[in-house]
Amino acid sequence: MAAAPITRLSAAELSRHLASGELSAREVIDAHLDRIAATDGIVADGDVWTGLHDAGEGSVHAFLSVTAAESRRQADEVDRQRSAGEDLGPLAGIPIALKDVLTTKGTATTCGSRMLEGWVPPYDATVVELVRNAGMVALGKTNMDEFAMGSSTENSAFSPTRNPWDLTRVPGGSSGGSAAAVAALQAPLSIGTDTGGSIRQPAALTGIVGAKPTYGTVSRRGLVAFASSLDQAGPFARTVEDAALLQRVLQRHDPRDSTSVPHADVDVVSGLRDGIDGLKVGVVTELQGEGFEAGVADVFAASLRRLEALGASLEEVSLPHAGYGLPAYYLIAPSECSSNLARFDGVRYGLRVDAPTAEEMNALTRAQGFGPEVRRRIMIGTHALSSGYYDAYYLQASKVRTLIAADFAAAFANVDVLVSPTSPTVAFELGSKTGDPLAMYLNDIATVPASLAGIPALSVPAGLAAPDGGDVQLPVGLQIMAPLLDDAVMYRAAWAFEQDLRFDASPTGRCAVEVDR
Amino acid sequence: MSLSVDDVRHVARLARLALPDDEIEALAPQLSAILGYAEQVAEVAADDVEPTTHPFGLADVMRADQPRPSLSREAILAGAPVIDGVRQVDQDRFSVPRIVAEEG
Repeated sequence: MAAAPITRLSAAELSRHLASGELSAREVIDAHLDRIAATDGIVADGDVWTGLHDAGEGSVHAFLSVTAAESRRQADEVDRQRSAGEDLGPLAGIPIALKDVLTTKGTATTCGSRMLEGWVPPYDATVVELVRNAGMVALGKTNMDEFAMGSSTENSAFSPTRNPWDLTRVPGGSSGGSAAAVAALQAPLSIGTDTGGSIRQPAALTGIVGAKPTYGTVSRRGLVAFASSLDQAGPFARTVEDAALLQRVLQRHDPRDSTSVPHADVDVVSGLRDGIDGLKVGVVTELQGEGFEAGVADVFAASLRRLEALGASLEEVSLPHAGYGLPAYYLIAPSECSSNLARFDGVRYGLRVDAPTAEEMNALTRAQGFGPEVRRRIMIGTHALSSGYYDAYYLQASKVRTLIAADFAAAFANVDVLVSPTSPTVAFELGSKTGDPLAMYLNDIATVPASLAGIPALSVPAGLAAPDGGDVQLPVGLQIMAPLLDDAVMYRAAWAFEQDLRFDASPTGRCAVEVDR
Repeated sequence: MSLSVDDVRHVARLARLALPDDEIEALAPQLSAILGYAEQVAEVAADDVEPTTHPFGLADVMRADQPRPSLSREAILAGAPVIDGVRQVDQDRFSVPRIVAEEG
């Protein structure tokens, strides 16, 4: 037996215990399934646990479904392969949670929407194939804002996920279920997707590591599309090393995704421990100050001093067009969303509301199947792409995108990485922003510029701070951005920062969710 | 820009969303506020700037023109919508309500 409870171990530690025979994959899976049952409020019943319906205020509600029997079967298979002396990869037998926007063959995929309730995909997403080929064992599918649109996971059609640090607060979004699962020790690893910050912001708000790889290096095949020119899957973990190990598995060219780049095979693992002595760090002027909470600003200032103490040199860097990032994003993303979600017409999959004509059937199905935020974004995008508006909206926003990418390129001529707070606020209370869409959108202010430029960016825990006007201590994330395809340098910076800070990424003792079952 | 209730109704028709009147009315000021915010992009002088849709400029990606297996018809039709317990499939095809009016 390992000294610490199994669910507290990192993937790298679990990997060592599995290789030495100290733990079996089955023991590891069982411990995590027990942890999910205890903290997610799921009644373990039968082979597939359905968590679609929230168990109430005392539960995290990270999972929408848990494939318990299949997970145990796969774990047993890994144990059999290991005892037969087969050559297994470092992540074989490690449990992983998958955002419910990734198609899984034979397992329901809802995208957090009534539109797809009960739909069972006929194929695995490429990232799911990669995870399975690495021997990882999927635990189930995690909650999310409907079709990945939101910053709090409150837009799920199946009740919000709660933040393990404070169950009255949101975990961020849209990948809130994947983030909360890792923070609540239900899984050591999970996969989320990031369109404008949907991995980095929930990682910051739940005190874990989350990374958006360079756009085009992780396949989008089987990732149900929201905004195709921005969507990118990436890892969540409690340590930088674990996130790097998972990202190393995901970054592969995929000929079945026409946006996948040929040079996708990036090595973020080998140089992880090389340190940051002499690293040039740019502090982005436009991504701090007004709109950022005082506690967030304090933690960010302390993070800069820490980077300096580790040997990095700091300089203030301006991204002149960064302020136009959010306005451009809220034209580009809804436009692409309105086009992508046209496929949900009641004909080939998901919900159909019966009506005498095809057009009435389409319109009634879409009005009933989509929730309020998805309907709102489809409306914005449909208007922005409608006759006479395309040039002023989508085209102009796409030109602004070019200028933002040029700002980043100019900055990276002088510095190795750029840093900012990941989110302007710590985790906010459930319901506090749902009445004001624009206020919710502003939570993405620091993450959207990197999305528009396609560059890699991650969030690493930077400390704890109180919200403005509150006294509860909640996690704050440091965002590290790097040049296209140089995902490795941001991991190297994050690892050095993490080793020095020694942040306890498990909300033990400060969380309503007890660690030991 | 400011969207009127009639503008919103027109967009809802384009988007094939059968929205009730109260939602149409609520959306008019919301969409106006969001678009008003997004219209800041017009402040940027970008007439001679090329638009970006992919960070590496990848476009028109082709594969070899060779046949390869795809998902089976059964696997695809198994996902068809269900109404009152009946999967909306007929003669190995998706069945849909009438699209073209009968000639009269």
